[in-house]
Amino acid sequence: MKDNKSNGGQKTLIKKTTLQQHIIEIVSDSGEGAQKTGQSMGLISAKMGNGVWTVEIIPAEIQPPARSKAGASGIRIRIGSKKVTNMGDEADLVVAMNEQVLYGRIDQQAFREGTIILLDNKWANHEVKTIQVEYAESLKDLKSRGYEIIEIPIEQESMKHIADPRKGKNMWVFGMLCFIYSRDMEKAEAQIKHVFRKKKQDVVDVNLKLLRAGFDWAESNLHFQFDIPVMQTQEEFVVMNGNEAVSLGTISAGIELCAMYPITPATSASHHLAECFQNAGGLIHQAEDEIAAIGFAIGASYAGKTAITITSGPGMALKTEFIGFAVMAEVPLVIVNVQRGGPSTGLPTKVEQGDLLYSVFGQPGDTPKIVLAAATIEECFHFVILARRLAEAFRMPVILLTDANLATGVQPFPRPKIDTEWFASPIDQSPWKEGTPAFDWDEETGLSRRPIPGQKGGMYTLTGLAHDQWSHVAYEASINQIGCDRRSRKLASFLQSLKPPEVHGEPEGDILVVGWGSTLGAIEEAVDMIREKGGRVSSLHLRFLSPLEPGLKDIFKRFKKIITVEINYSDNANDPMITRENRRLSQLAFYLRAQTLIEVDCFSNVHGQPLRPGAIVAMLEKELTLVNGDELVPA
Amino acid sequence: MFGLKSDCILDIPEEYYTLADYESAIARWCPGCGDHGILTSVQRLCSEKQLAPENTVFVSGIGCSSRFPHYMKTYGFHGLHGRALPVACGVKFRRPDLHVFVATGDGDCCSIGTAHWIHAIRYNMNITVLLLDNEIYGLTKGQTSPTSSKGTVSNTNPHGSILPPINPIQTTLGVANASFVAQTVDWNPAHLYATIEAGFEHPGFSFIRILQRCPVFQKELFQPVINNPDEITLLTHKNGIQIDPAVAKMYKHTVDHDPSNLHEARELAENLDRQVIGLLYQDKTKERYDLYGAHNMGITPEEKQKAINLELDKFAV
Repeated sequence: MKDNKSNGGQKTLIKKTTLQQHIIEIVSDSGEGAQKTGQSMGLISAKMGNGVWTVEIIPAEIQPPARSKAGASGIRIRIGSKKVTNMGDEADLVVAMNEQVLYGRIDQQAFREGTIILLDNKWANHEVKTIQVEYAESLKDLKSRGYEIIEIPIEQESMKHIADPRKGKNMWVFGMLCFIYSRDMEKAEAQIKHVFRKKKQDVVDVNLKLLRAGFDWAESNLHFQFDIPVMQTQEEFVVMNGNEAVSLGTISAGIELCAMYPITPATSASHHLAECFQNAGGLIHQAEDEIAAIGFAIGASYAGKTAITITSGPGMALKTEFIGFAVMAEVPLVIVNVQRGGPSTGLPTKVEQGDLLYSVFGQPGDTPKIVLAAATIEECFHFVILARRLAEAFRMPVILLTDANLATGVQPFPRPKIDTEWFASPIDQSPWKEGTPAFDWDEETGLSRRPIPGQKGGMYTLTGLAHDQWSHVAYEASINQIGCDRRSRKLASFLQSLKPPEVHGEPEGDILVVGWGSTLGAIEEAVDMIREKGGRVSSLHLRFLSPLEPGLKDIFKRFKKIITVEINYSDNANDPMITRENRRLSQLAFYLRAQTLIEVDCFSNVHGQPLRPGAIVAMLEKELTLVNGDELVPA
Repeated sequence: MFGLKSDCILDIPEEYYTLADYESAIARWCPGCGDHGILTSVQRLCSEKQLAPENTVFVSGIGCSSRFPHYMKTYGFHGLHGRALPVACGVKFRRPDLHVFVATGDGDCCSIGTAHWIHAIRYNMNITVLLLDNEIYGLTKGQTSPTSSKGTVSNTNPHGSILPPINPIQTTLGVANASFVAQTVDWNPAHLYATIEAGFEHPGFSFIRILQRCPVFQKELFQPVINNPDEITLLTHKNGIQIDPAVAKMYKHTVDHDPSNLHEARELAENLDRQVIGLLYQDKTKERYDLYGAHNMGITPEEKQKAINLELDKFAV
């Protein structure tokens, strides 16, 4: 506690609490800049040395109606003393620009009893009577739900500095939060200068003024303050979102062409690339459609400049024929699928892990290819570099799966040390040896060297038709068997270089949770919570989905029950008409069963929300009782 | 190679390429198919221009005409139905050193690949496009094509097709940034060769529609114009396609059309009474996307590393 400075003759006592971690949400109507505030808050916290994870709350429309549940737009920022790996459970503190958007979040079970809600009170005296009433009634209702409501004159105070509050109250809120969480104001000011770097100086100045005003107001009027001590580390860190990491991974991989078509939530990776390519060498090609985008990328890859295409579910669907072609014709290519809710156009701005089976199996005919999934933002960076290497070494398309959660989430990670060897083309550019076929398949590995236009003596015609080793069209249909064998063998060869995945927790126990992709942090946090309570639960997280990592069957055998935790659809075992036989499982569970012949259960949903550790803990507690209860039943 | 060794351009060619250097497998088109003559014409062009086979790429889609790359002893890309143009543009984008040709058909270009066709015209990359138009689907055995004349009897329209055809020349001339539009016929080797050559020399996207005979599914289609050249209008101009006067004399109807006159080109294209052959339109000054594609190549690994580190600095904690 400390005595605060004088405020109109009164002295306010401020209680300062030290926290290990806190979850903040900022919710507003669309276009009020809540995300900018939250990203800034996350970034300066990361720069101070805190662990951070952010998740954007995005309505489906660009400008949904104001003061509506469905229009809730904003951001969640989880700040911790240690590394933060997921968005956590219920929010601890919420800033809301109006009370209606809160209900959108309440529907998502985003708050708990005791959650502090800092609510703009401008609606209390709104000129429209019905709004006044709505506000008063909601206030009563919110209090009855056990939230701690603090009314704040956000707009009123902001308008002392700016005419249009929609363009400024977010930075006033940033200032208020900086006070509440004892943030470094120098870093906050630097952040504002960065955010508005493309704007005129007066815009920067007014936003700096708003930041300071928000801070000062909070200092004079609030009675509480938090501190989240920082990690001490000598290591250099960077902090960015998953799409930025994919973009930086792309240039670091030495890729000089990204052919794309705009699609949510993938496009911002290409926006960032378009800027970076300017100096790092490379170009974005915005194609006329998704098909042309991958076709263009394949053309460039064929010509020796391995390219990338970045898309999401509907775009993947359109690219299907060309993905099959790239497998058939053995063209290296990196495809990033930033997964969103499906099927069809689905939930464009929301997370889902619904494209696993599509990616592995989703083209007509047999299409063996490498599929890998990033579990963290750091992996979004490094896996692009890995994907290019693998694509060229194994002469095939490589699909890298990320998702909407990783795409917009922000997390710090050790700064990559850029190695010039990453840029080099591994293609052997020496003249092609006369008499060597275009697909000089090694019988054992299926691998072959690839001739590139410009390479003397290597002339051949690539084709998607079944072909022999000379790439000649197979007029003898049985040749297809040989080609398919060789292409499949490449996956087996690649598998030789993989090690069995590491188990998080003990190598044996009651339950093994298996996950992939962005759910890593939530799963491991849940497993750790259960283990602290004595539950015998472990987890493992797959990065390679095709081929599947080796040794799974042996690991699975050491647990009584295997459960996948995923964000994609599965029938609930208790749903009407659902039996053990007809239950449609989540995608990884289905795939693991087929591959290991071991019973694999699943816990999954398609709420369009990142998974929370709390939900996984609840599921595991129930499952543990069932698993251990079963033991009591005589065989 | 790959634009990495700039001193390559100083190499003196040691080889002379003959026609045989461009001949690959024996073409499997039907006897009497117009594609054979087009293939010969293209092989002759490669030899005349001494294009190094390793620096030449033929891209195609799917269809009879799209087998073209298999019969050239150059690099080839026999891709997907309708998608030759995006692939060809991708090949050219960061490899300005390659000569890129596209062989496509009326179904491939004007039906399943229409979106790519329109946009490829707009990209105006330095690519030579040969539309082998026989006004029918051959490989799938006789269905109506988007360029089939109204009334064409086919397996999908046994009582005659009911819609008017797309006119590829008219369509191409309607797209912004079109830079070279010509029409020729497979049965006049002199005009065919001269047109392909002019297209190859054009700095940009040269679109050449070749009326092509299909002796199986469109037996009689071009017979009247072959028998009677009076049915054809030959475009003559000092800036147009130049052919031997002896060959030109065959054609009674000629128009001295200035290929820079877009308005007149469109009028000529819309005239359905008589097919025109020759150069309808050319403008060498149109914006070229391939020049943009090649603009920041050759950055050294050290410069690249520096640029990436500067980007990372922006995210540094």
